[in-house]
Amino acid sequence: MTSKEKLEMEKMVVVEGSYAVAHAVKVCRPNVISAYPITPQTHIVEGLSQFMADGEIPNCEYINVESEFSALSALVGSSAVGARCYSATTSQGLELMHEVLFNVSGMRLPIVMTVVNRAVSAPINIWNDQQDSISQRDTGWIQLYAENLQEAADMIAQAYKIAEDKEVLLPAMVCMDGFILSHVYEPVILLEQELTDKYLPPYEPLYKLDPKKPMTFGALADPNYYTEFRYLQQKAMENALKKIESAANEFYEIFGRYYGGLIDEYQTEDADIILMAMGSIAGTIKDTIDNLRQNGVKVGLLKVRAFRPFPAEAIRKTIKDAKVVVVLDKNISLGLNEGALFTETKSCLYNTKNRVPVVGYMIGHGGRDIRMCTIEKIISEAQEIMKSGIKIESQFTDVREELI
Amino acid sequence: MKHLFVSGHRGCAGCCDAMATKFTLMGAGENCIVVSPTGCLEVMTTPFPESSWNVPWIHSLFENAAAVASGIEAALKALGKKDNTRVVAIGGDGATMDIGLQAISGAFERGHDFTYVCIDNEAYMNTGVQRSSGTPFDASTTTSPAGKISFGNPRPKKNMPAIIAAHGSPYVATTSLGYAKDMINKVKKATETVGPTYIHCHAPCTTGWGFDTSKTVEVAQMAVKTGLWPLFEMENGEITKVRKIGKPAPVEDYLRMQSRFKHLFTKEGGEEEIAKIQAIADKNIEYYGL
Repeated sequence: MTSKEKLEMEKMVVVEGSYAVAHAVKVCRPNVISAYPITPQTHIVEGLSQFMADGEIPNCEYINVESEFSALSALVGSSAVGARCYSATTSQGLELMHEVLFNVSGMRLPIVMTVVNRAVSAPINIWNDQQDSISQRDTGWIQLYAENLQEAADMIAQAYKIAEDKEVLLPAMVCMDGFILSHVYEPVILLEQELTDKYLPPYEPLYKLDPKKPMTFGALADPNYYTEFRYLQQKAMENALKKIESAANEFYEIFGRYYGGLIDEYQTEDADIILMAMGSIAGTIKDTIDNLRQNGVKVGLLKVRAFRPFPAEAIRKTIKDAKVVVVLDKNISLGLNEGALFTETKSCLYNTKNRVPVVGYMIGHGGRDIRMCTIEKIISEAQEIMKSGIKIESQFTDVREELI
Repeated sequence: MKHLFVSGHRGCAGCCDAMATKFTLMGAGENCIVVSPTGCLEVMTTPFPESSWNVPWIHSLFENAAAVASGIEAALKALGKKDNTRVVAIGGDGATMDIGLQAISGAFERGHDFTYVCIDNEAYMNTGVQRSSGTPFDASTTTSPAGKISFGNPRPKKNMPAIIAAHGSPYVATTSLGYAKDMINKVKKATETVGPTYIHCHAPCTTGWGFDTSKTVEVAQMAVKTGLWPLFEMENGEITKVRKIGKPAPVEDYLRMQSRFKHLFTKEGGEEEIAKIQAIADKNIEYYGL
């Protein structure tokens, strides 16, 4: 063990994922927190409430709203006044926010929100998949996905850095898998206040609601003006591509931790088979890869950290020499029979010379356990595709035929 | 005096929203931040890149003005900028009494220091005069039209001031566009009172109610004179002040001024309906001691 590793070990504490996130929010010095309780997000907002009760978050107000709709609506007002704002939600709560999500992005308010990913009703189900945040794909929010507790916590600071950048000014969702990350205890390094202050300067809004300098927010834009608002949001998303990378790099310089920028790669250099996925499933895939590599299977992982903006260029570059690409999605577009990452990965290759076969597996719906043996089976099917081509382009994984 | 709400907006001649907003800002003063939900007021005053507002103003959505106001108040406190800055929400009857009611209930229950002003023109005017829970009994609207078997809206107005008072609001008042000074003074008192306060302004809409654009004030005054719109103040749930009306005018005088009630005078059985409306006024006169 190097002395640096030893020092890091000493800093580690074993905490629940939700606590690590709540602590990260605290050291980012928010001014207004507004949230409504919903499983499995509750431990985050309980943690923040306790920090408030103990006077540990200075210059901050916590609003106990009556719904998720009002949780985010309140932050529209707060952010417009110039406050750094935070909320957390999941599943039904996120879907209830749908209308407000568009509004926040359209008004270019850099609110950061944790989405503790959970399945969407009906049937009601409190366990993990990523249908909730994927369903909000087009609302104009940056979407980042964390693999483990440390990344979920560290991503909060990175998200503020990206969202508040003057060339971006877009809201950001930090997505973490429900229960798998939110309720698990792991050793993590809690973000240090001093280092976080160095990394994340106070939020200085370009425009704000101020009686000394009256401005109109949320005006009506008729057909002469509406298009340009959308165009500028798209430009801001494009700017965010660079900022997500630089936020990760600057984070590494100050904290010494790095998980990739837009994407991260694991054993992809010589890989014939590249798996793509988002969130905690990356850990299971990496363990599976380690096992299979011992048997000489050339397989690697492309972990997508940023789903919006979509990292098309980074994906194209990473998979350029692969012989087959396998995309795992914890979501489905019903009627298309594809997960979103799969559809968009195919889309970003279409007008290129790369004709690599791409197949999709929808997996882990409603919290169904994803085992290493399942990943192994998927990889063995990919080996067949290398030999004899695609037979099934996109499919459900682990369907219990006996129940149908 | 500095004009906080200026001309050039797209409101109709005789527009109740424009008048009510002007009076509201005269009462609130320039050190305020205004939130408007979706509606005529928002649409007509902020066609990008123009604005009629000389105070900071924000529009978010139809149903969330009270939540946005909560967030503004909380942020001002957190940033140490609350001082005497007043947070004022100005919304229509649909945004207030229907779609925004939950957010309003939440904001009043939490006790934010802000004032909510409802400009009640008794229907969804921005979308073309559809019925709301503020629409009075027997008014004809595009979704509660009078017809062969209908006298129009079958339900009386929702009692919004009572709902707000039940939240423990320190100050709730009704007012009317017919009485500008009354409105300015009540808004002033509401914004000077610490805590969540409420003003409900009866606001005749020339387009939706069907009267000449010069008659907005007259129609508003007649509603008060008949007892159909009582003017009162409530402090901490108790009625503390009522505007006396002397000898009440018959409701027929008020109904005749507006085409939304014209079926009551042309259709068989209209007299009985007018008697029912008179009974509403009589009950108000007795209950409030008008």
